[in-house]
Amino acid sequence: MSRLLKLNIFRYNPEDEQSAPHMQEFVLEETDSMTLFIALNRVREEQDPSLQFDFCCRAGICGSCGMVINGRPGLACHTKTRDLPGEITLLPLPVFKLVGDLSVDTGTWFREMYTKTESWIHTNKVFDPTALEERMDNKDAVAIYELERCVECGCCISACGTARLREDFMGAAALNRVARFLIDPRDQRTDRDYYDIIGNDMGIFGCMGLLACEDVCPKHLPLQNQLGFLRRKMGITSIKRLFSK
Amino acid sequence: MQTIYTDFLVVGAGLAGERAAVETAEAGFSAICLSLVPARRSHSSAAQGGMQASLGNSVMGEGDGPDVHFADTVKGSDWGCDQEVARLFADTAPIEMRRLAHWGVPWNRVVPGKSIYYKGGKQFEKVEAAEKEGLIMARSFGGTAKWRTCYTSDGTGHAVMCTMDNRCAEKGVEVHDKTEAIALLQDGEACFGVVARCLRTGELRVYLSKATMIAAGGFGRIYPNTTNAVICDGGAHAMCVATGLVPMGNMEAVQFHPTGIVPTDILVTEGCRGDGGTLLDVDEKRFMNIYEPEKAELASRDVVSRWMTHHMREGHGVKSPYGEHLWLDIRHLGREHITGKLREVYEICTSFLGVDPIHQLIPVRPTQHYSMGGVRTNKDGAAYGLKGLFAAGEAACWDMHGFNRLGGNSLAETVVAGGIIGRRIAEFLEGCETEFKTGLTNDEVKRQQARIDALISGRDGSENVYKVRAAMQDALHKGANIFRTQEGLEKCVADLQEALIRAKKVGLRSNGKGVNPELTAALKLEGQVRLALMVAYGALMRTESRGSHNREDFPARNDRDWLTRTLAYWKKPEDTLPTLEYEPSTTVVEIPPGDRGYGHAEIISADDKKE
Repeated sequence: MSRLLKLNIFRYNPEDEQSAPHMQEFVLEETDSMTLFIALNRVREEQDPSLQFDFCCRAGICGSCGMVINGRPGLACHTKTRDLPGEITLLPLPVFKLVGDLSVDTGTWFREMYTKTESWIHTNKVFDPTALEERMDNKDAVAIYELERCVECGCCISACGTARLREDFMGAAALNRVARFLIDPRDQRTDRDYYDIIGNDMGIFGCMGLLACEDVCPKHLPLQNQLGFLRRKMGITSIKRLFSK
Repeated sequence: MQTIYTDFLVVGAGLAGERAAVETAEAGFSAICLSLVPARRSHSSAAQGGMQASLGNSVMGEGDGPDVHFADTVKGSDWGCDQEVARLFADTAPIEMRRLAHWGVPWNRVVPGKSIYYKGGKQFEKVEAAEKEGLIMARSFGGTAKWRTCYTSDGTGHAVMCTMDNRCAEKGVEVHDKTEAIALLQDGEACFGVVARCLRTGELRVYLSKATMIAAGGFGRIYPNTTNAVICDGGAHAMCVATGLVPMGNMEAVQFHPTGIVPTDILVTEGCRGDGGTLLDVDEKRFMNIYEPEKAELASRDVVSRWMTHHMREGHGVKSPYGEHLWLDIRHLGREHITGKLREVYEICTSFLGVDPIHQLIPVRPTQHYSMGGVRTNKDGAAYGLKGLFAAGEAACWDMHGFNRLGGNSLAETVVAGGIIGRRIAEFLEGCETEFKTGLTNDEVKRQQARIDALISGRDGSENVYKVRAAMQDALHKGANIFRTQEGLEKCVADLQEALIRAKKVGLRSNGKGVNPELTAALKLEGQVRLALMVAYGALMRTESRGSHNREDFPARNDRDWLTRTLAYWKKPEDTLPTLEYEPSTTVVEIPPGDRGYGHAEIISADDKKE
């Protein structure tokens, strides 16, 4: 006999004057291999068609469905109900602006992050369509890809103590992004250039070292290592700056 | 009401749309991409395998070149493609891959020396040349004569999408995410933008543009079981169809993949079968060896899908709360092999199913995978029917894929077509003088607001949007699937016509305020049913089997009568069937029709045509 799941879901529609933030309970019969993707769609199609939540690829690749699942930020698409107790509480990710119910606006946050970190290759080389591609060590390519696997779900930001305290903190996703360009031989920026972006309390020196970011990262990115790596680099750059003054 | 003006407007912010936007931005024009989700969540990012381009750097790619790539593509299409377009594609792909490397894609690179690879479960050795060290590496893919697929580990789409979106940020291309285009602005001759709905507030917004591009991906979600992301719902196609002027090309050409997992239809790789995995039925017995004694599980994608469906129809499927399926068995390959070489499969099974494939069977079924059909364009990407309207990527029928698309060619198409068509659009914008018709714009906004009001008030009826959508999906699943017959397709068309009547009578159960997902679904439902009818009716009329289109009652590929592309129009809103027209598949013939070398071989030659 399958379980009856009790889903406690945060409800609020900011575009409806009648709506006030509250928790709503839904009861649903569990089926084999049920994920929160399946459960939430069933609730919407069978019980409350106004329920807002985000899914896109539903395969752990795109990062759309970050939410707080029984107290912990994670991707709902690869969360199986059988791994949860019969009572499941779902809340939208904090830090990001609420769109409605479980849906938050990660797009605006990340787009601002690209602008701040200038998230693109800085080079004065010009592409020549008639030439062979520039060579690159495969080890470098693999190392860059390891950091570029971030799906921008926002879980690390939501779990971050500093990001919860101060709005301007860039967070692990941004620092990981900087590390990705820093190790890319095609990017001609210097440590000093990066220092101007992250060598402050909004960047690398704001991190309190709680390291929840890595604990909740659904892609298991080495976020702690990147923080350590950047901190060392920026610390040295900071000392060099002092002496060159 | 907010009105936003731009030179170039793209509906969609995946690889094709963003690539075209970058091209126009570099030429000095303003560009905005509208997207249902943040750009990097686009379905392009889900492609894992890679992009085909004949760089010939790997030792297994030696001797490759655009000619070989072109020939593979034409054969793969079962001679249904536009050969001029396939040529343009094959010639441009290597340059685009190098350009992506320059922009920041971390392509895997050639590592010189000995290494091991597997083919058909057997181990082989190869030696990469020292002088190629550090150039872009390639891997092997089905249907290609050479190793030609450029890749970044198992996340090619994701890596290229990140680089492309970075390039957009650098070049000032705006991405308006959580924004859905719901109607084209047009005066019967030219397109001048869209009416869109903000998916943060639910408000309507007008975008006026000199050139507009549809790059919104496939429409797999009109089927119940699909590998497509939930955003691939055909909304943008439906908007073009609603004009009555823009035809969809080859909508009956729909590709299915044999091993989507049940229930969520995420793919597990063909490598499972390549390495020795077997397919089992409800009695846990093998069946592919009965139907295909020689190749069994290793027959081509379309052949395996067909026999799986046949076997389930014979009553050997496994019943589940999510419908019938079969089993994929890889247990005998052992822990080391499964967690090593098939790690991704292992992770998908454990993460999404809670199934341990070392000890348990994997539930699988053939699943809708790719739409070869879409907004019909010429080789410059210009849509038929409206000036200033373009399309690229899976959303388009630019038609380099014909009736079957090769792995690695779709992801490559996005950037190659985006680049080529982006340049054509920049040229179009150079010489473009437009007048925006504000009267028509106001009328269209009023019309859209009236649709929304009618849905909220339930003025036209109280049909449940999700139930009608399920009826449409069910009809397609039963009648316009892997196997097609006259009887099945006629029933499918009739069921879809009934769904069309119901779709016009949808009323919301919720209040429709704000973003409201029920309203979002309702606004596109009637258009989706029209697309479904284009698929089913096109398939009913095409009395042959070509590529992914399989008529059991017409098993031969009929080049005598069907070396054609279907153009499907929805001429008037009150029509209950699409209007079909036909044009030649290709006007330039570099390779005359021949045998594909796999699948069924029966061909009615074009030479049999009576003069």
